[in-house]
Amino acid sequence: MKKEGEIRIPSGCAIAAVISKEGKRMNGDGIVRSMVPMHERSNGLGGGFAAYGIYPQYRDFYAFHLFFDSRDVRKDCEAFLRERFEIVHAERMPTRKIPQITDEPMIWRYFLAPLPSAVAAMQVDEKEYVMRTVMQINSEKNGCYVFSSGKNMGCFKAVGYPEDVGEFYRLDEYEGYCWTAHGRYPTNTPGWWGGAHPFSLLDASVVHNGEISSYDANRRFIEMFGYHCTLQTDTEVITYIMDYLLRRKGLTLQEAAAVIAAPFWSTIEAKTDAREREQYAFLRMVFPSLLVTGPFSIVFAFDGGLMALNDRLKLRSMVVGEKDDKVFIASEESAIRVMAPDAENIWSPAGGEPVIVRVKEGAKL
Amino acid sequence: MNELYITPEFEVVRNENRCIACRVCERQCANEVHSFDETRGVLRSDEIRCVNCQRCVSLCPTHALKIVKNNCTLRENANWQNATIKEIYKQANTGGVLLSSMGNPKPMPVYWDKILINASQVTNPPIDPLREPMETRVFLGKKPDVLRRGADGKLLTDLEPQLSLSMPVMFSAMSYGSISYNAHASLAAAAEALGILYNTGEGGLHEDFYRYGANTIVQVASGRFGVYEDYLNAGAAIEIKMGQGAKPGIGGHLPGAKIVGDVSRTRMIPEGTDAISPAPHHDIYSIEDLRQLVYSLKEATDYKKPVIVKVAAVHNIAAIASGVARSGADIIAIDGFRGGTGAAPTRIRDHVGIPIELALAAVDQRLRDEGIRNNVSLVVGGSIRSAADVVKAVALGADACYIATAALLALGCHLCRTCQSGKCNWGIATQRADLVKRLNPEIGKERLCNLMTAWRHEIMEIMGGMGINSIETLRGNRLMLRGIGLSEKELSILGIMHAGE
Repeated sequence: MKKEGEIRIPSGCAIAAVISKEGKRMNGDGIVRSMVPMHERSNGLGGGFAAYGIYPQYRDFYAFHLFFDSRDVRKDCEAFLRERFEIVHAERMPTRKIPQITDEPMIWRYFLAPLPSAVAAMQVDEKEYVMRTVMQINSEKNGCYVFSSGKNMGCFKAVGYPEDVGEFYRLDEYEGYCWTAHGRYPTNTPGWWGGAHPFSLLDASVVHNGEISSYDANRRFIEMFGYHCTLQTDTEVITYIMDYLLRRKGLTLQEAAAVIAAPFWSTIEAKTDAREREQYAFLRMVFPSLLVTGPFSIVFAFDGGLMALNDRLKLRSMVVGEKDDKVFIASEESAIRVMAPDAENIWSPAGGEPVIVRVKEGAKL
Repeated sequence: MNELYITPEFEVVRNENRCIACRVCERQCANEVHSFDETRGVLRSDEIRCVNCQRCVSLCPTHALKIVKNNCTLRENANWQNATIKEIYKQANTGGVLLSSMGNPKPMPVYWDKILINASQVTNPPIDPLREPMETRVFLGKKPDVLRRGADGKLLTDLEPQLSLSMPVMFSAMSYGSISYNAHASLAAAAEALGILYNTGEGGLHEDFYRYGANTIVQVASGRFGVYEDYLNAGAAIEIKMGQGAKPGIGGHLPGAKIVGDVSRTRMIPEGTDAISPAPHHDIYSIEDLRQLVYSLKEATDYKKPVIVKVAAVHNIAAIASGVARSGADIIAIDGFRGGTGAAPTRIRDHVGIPIELALAAVDQRLRDEGIRNNVSLVVGGSIRSAADVVKAVALGADACYIATAALLALGCHLCRTCQSGKCNWGIATQRADLVKRLNPEIGKERLCNLMTAWRHEIMEIMGGMGINSIETLRGNRLMLRGIGLSEKELSILGIMHAGE
């Protein structure tokens, strides 16, 4: 049977997220519990979390989380990393042995500082340098996989139900200002841990519920620009699309949303503001291959904020709620009620309407 | 002498009980197959002249006629087949190159028919085009590498010139001269009504059709017939014809008999002279020369028109297309070896070039591998026969398709493949006034609009089934395709998996 990455495995899912607009840290317990009422939306074949603001003591270093198949692979990969980075700190990922999570690979994390001479030699900026390193490891090195590579953030994922994954990774011991979560329902046999969500590159991470019909059109386009879709998942390609649009092309979040969940031409033409009409039409004409069709609800998290977005027909459920300084997003309201029983302003964003939440300026993250 | 040893290919079967000797068949047949025997009061047939265009059959008021394959054949021989032997007789009779028209009729593989399309089940909902928006609009042209912003932070929205199409289909090049005034009038009016484009071909643009400029692609071929400043500026885009799928490596040839009246004026050559396009453009012997012509045309039109470079699908098409994509062209049109023609040497039509499906797949992948797919749009033709072919072409990577044979069929063509004779009984591939008037441009336009509207509905149904609601996300979406009965090599060139995988 083919492993994930060699074959495309569609999946349905549950997602949840919480962010403090004040930048206040919350421990991971809340988000882990929020996944419990949505248990039926997963099938135990993948769960995961992304957390922002969890490594303040290493905030200037790229935090790499890696899966290894064996000790030899790890040694080899560490040698590779050492040629490109100063390894500020390396350790085995702290985990809790529980019966629900088995067959784990070796999981390590590294805090890395790119070697300035190597960055200069490649004639790219630091982020591009890190991105290329991640692509190289994931597409060329067998038996190891980088599943998190941002600063002061981290992804934690495994094969299992999300609430078990949270316990396995001891997320109750982390404090972050923004959390996203994912429970997976793949329609095929589980691949391996790398196939779980969130999917992450640099500071950005994506949790996604849906199966996009545009996958291969998006993949074949984005692969022109140095991205390698090694997992063949929707989430992976959406992550790369966002990286390309935001970091490489300099689009704003709203503009990126207008590319991937573009308004229909009829909607654009009905806009009364000519400037606005021109902007939307321009984005559709320039990035037709990055339109994403088919059902999706995603939470795209980044350094200092997140964006929730539904496909333009709203073929997947997604609700938003608020309480005090916190904003919650989930596939079902029940998940929000776990995190905040008295959450207010519960609403369903329209298809293609991005919900963007940023931590207020000046907050120390 | 020319007919020595040649037996009629068809038999005219006339049901004498039904025939009322109205002589419609006689009047309708420009090939003069039918004649009236005054003494006996019956119609007779000279079948050696019959091309099986079905005109007489269609118009016979009592359905007394049918044209069947002549079953008087030579002794069967798998190696020396009937057609092969008759071609030898013809050449021995005349000493000439064999001429043919329309697309390659040989039983070569049609890859469209070996590709199957996906649909959504369970994990992803199909979308109902009757109830939800379904977008088929495409833009052809270069996409920018760098985005710029104004002082207000808004994106600057100026783009290289783009063509907007309501659906990913255009009418391909057919010159005025090779086809009639009324055929051109039908194509131009239909393109305008549909929001797509038609293509003048290499014969210039009749003055009556300048008003359809926004829906016109003007072609510049190696003969440069009818090319001057106003012509270049008249259309929405300019196409440089480097080659044609039906006859790669040679130029067009319109016999002097067709260069009459308006055709002569439009082509800007004297009446009765043969219009022979050189095999190459004599100012293009290499890729760097092509770049100069592309930019000459852009200069002449103030950089307002996208330039299309049309090439025939030949063995090295991926590398050629890569060169063209770097030559300043905005759009590459690739014409497959099954594409049609008004006249081509039979040997070239039937033996030169490669199928469009393989050429398209190879070119799209090559341009992506080189990271330059965004520099150009890809248009493919030769031959696209149905909405399913369009969907498969787009999923393989085409931005749009060119159709010509299908459009002529809509106008009444019965694919008798003798356009070169100039005696088209359907008023399409002829300049004889009495024949041309048989094609009513109003009806022709309506039939073309019907055909395209039907295809658009079918495209939307198929897209909806896949859970796709915009043609943009079908483009290059090869995961939506599977091969059936194809070898590993064919699958790898097409970049698709086999059914069941």
